Amino acid sequence: MRRRASDVTRNAPAGLHRTGWRRWLVLAVLWGVAILFLIPFLWMLSSSLKPNYQMFEIPPRWIPNPPRWENYTEALTILPFDLYVRNTALITLLTIIGHLTSCTLIAYAFARLRAPGRDTLFVVMLATMMLPYPVTMTPLYALFNRLGWINTILPLTAPAFLGSPFYIFLMRQFFLTIPRDFEDAARIDGANTLQIIARIMAPMALPALATVTIFTFQATWNDFLAPLIYLQKPELYTVTLGLQFFRSTYTTNWAYLMAASLVTTLPVIAVFFVAQRYFIEGITLTGVKG
Amino acid sequence: MTDTPSSQRVVRSRGSRLARREALTFYLLISPWLLGLLLFVLGPIIASLGFSLTRWDMLSPPEPVGLRNYARMIEDRLFWQSLSVTVRYTLMYVPSELIGGLLLALLMNQVSVRGIRAIRTIYYMPSVLSGVAFVVVWMWLFHPEAGLINATLATVGIRGPRWLADPNTALTALWLMSLWGLGRTAVIYLAGLRSIPRELYEAAAMDGAGAGQAFRHVTLPMLTPTIFFNLVLSIIATFQTFTSAFVATNGGPLDSTLFFVLYLYRKAFQDFQMGYASALAWVLFLIILGLTLLVVRSGQWWVYYEGEQQ
Repeated sequence: MRRRASDVTRNAPAGLHRTGWRRWLVLAVLWGVAILFLIPFLWMLSSSLKPNYQMFEIPPRWIPNPPRWENYTEALTILPFDLYVRNTALITLLTIIGHLTSCTLIAYAFARLRAPGRDTLFVVMLATMMLPYPVTMTPLYALFNRLGWINTILPLTAPAFLGSPFYIFLMRQFFLTIPRDFEDAARIDGANTLQIIARIMAPMALPALATVTIFTFQATWNDFLAPLIYLQKPELYTVTLGLQFFRSTYTTNWAYLMAASLVTTLPVIAVFFVAQRYFIEGITLTGVKG
Repeated sequence: MTDTPSSQRVVRSRGSRLARREALTFYLLISPWLLGLLLFVLGPIIASLGFSLTRWDMLSPPEPVGLRNYARMIEDRLFWQSLSVTVRYTLMYVPSELIGGLLLALLMNQVSVRGIRAIRTIYYMPSVLSGVAFVVVWMWLFHPEAGLINATLATVGIRGPRWLADPNTALTALWLMSLWGLGRTAVIYLAGLRSIPRELYEAAAMDGAGAGQAFRHVTLPMLTPTIFFNLVLSIIATFQTFTSAFVATNGGPLDSTLFFVLYLYRKAFQDFQMGYASALAWVLFLIILGLTLLVVRSGQWWVYYEGEQQ
């Protein structure tokens, strides 16, 4: 990955660092769009701090005066958002553990081991990536209902331990970039496959594991349809279900809604800022080389 | 998927017993995925086809009705409405995502990596929001009286549309909202642009190609695999639009945003018509499959893979 990043800089097209008015024009357009993209965030922040009587002013007021910090404490205690955060965190954590263990093993097999039928199975796996979730939605519900898993977190977490095509694909692509010499040496020293994966491949694939972790974190934290189907008891709600419930119940109190949206979104935004590199590399690895 | 020479040497010199062991290890390692494939993918797909031939409320056992669920769709006004909403939205969203994402990426590519780092972050940021939070923000922006959009319009004396509350503008509002997530596509295209070898541009310049010609004969062809891949994923994803419609409008007003999957969800989990819902799911599956194959087929005319013989 690190090597690729430097390639990217070197391969930038000719005329890239052009100077003069054209460059400034391009930058102006880009920043103009950036400001447009930022406005909803700023509006969300501004609205979350407004007292009710300033919400409906025309022209709209950007700086709340005085800022009403109580919006946050009130919004987060009307519904037990701390409980929703804990529920979501548990589901997210289990899903991450499931993806990291299962996808590493499966991806290693697809990247390195030779077996009859391997290439066909790989194509099957890529094809399942394209499968629309709604197609399996009703039978899966029937299956989990039969197992007594409705209103538990199992339908959301157990499948993660059986791998996920997207992350298997991502890890396999990464494993293919690691030279075989290390494994060959370890194998001569008598290491078995599991030891090779755990002690050699996984440590070398840390950037890919990080990408899987943060993609899974984001997708699970933000998931809505699956929790909506399987978690019907309020004490099991995830943050997205809580937010939707809040919206349908207190729809007129926009200040509370903005405050709750901001707070429940904060973990994902924080992870994005800290691990931005892996987001970008992850979508490059799967979106460009696909 | 080719093996390096060194591994072939290792395997061959130790004979076929080792090859069999390697195959066994392969199947052991992927066995969780195989189990998942059977339990959560192939099983449900076949089961769903079976359910689609029954009437089933999940309480009493399924009762076979033949193809009646499929025949019912022809008469079902909401089925056609949901299909029409989904197709119209796809026709709006997919091209705008492709062109908008590409334009932003081309502009970003004009500036050095360091110069656009902050811009790239800002563009990508909306994409990390949950569907629900994303939608809730826009519901407030679209608020007919006090939302930022109409309040700003009102200060210059324009009466804005009622956006999500008006059947004539609700779908357009959802489309405008979705453009906030454009940055993700732009970042993917940017990565594709950055991976085009510089030598190609140098060669083009040496042959006397201008900026426009270099774009047409180098940039665009080299980028087609990325465009192709994203086009396929984008169509598949757009046909499954659910959260934005469920949260923002719940299909309304007057079914103007009744997306296909939203209708399917209602049939399955609100009306408990599992048989009919399964039939709807299969129709969706066939539509998406057909569209995907169509795009893949068309790919041979316009997608350029380097290293492939013409």
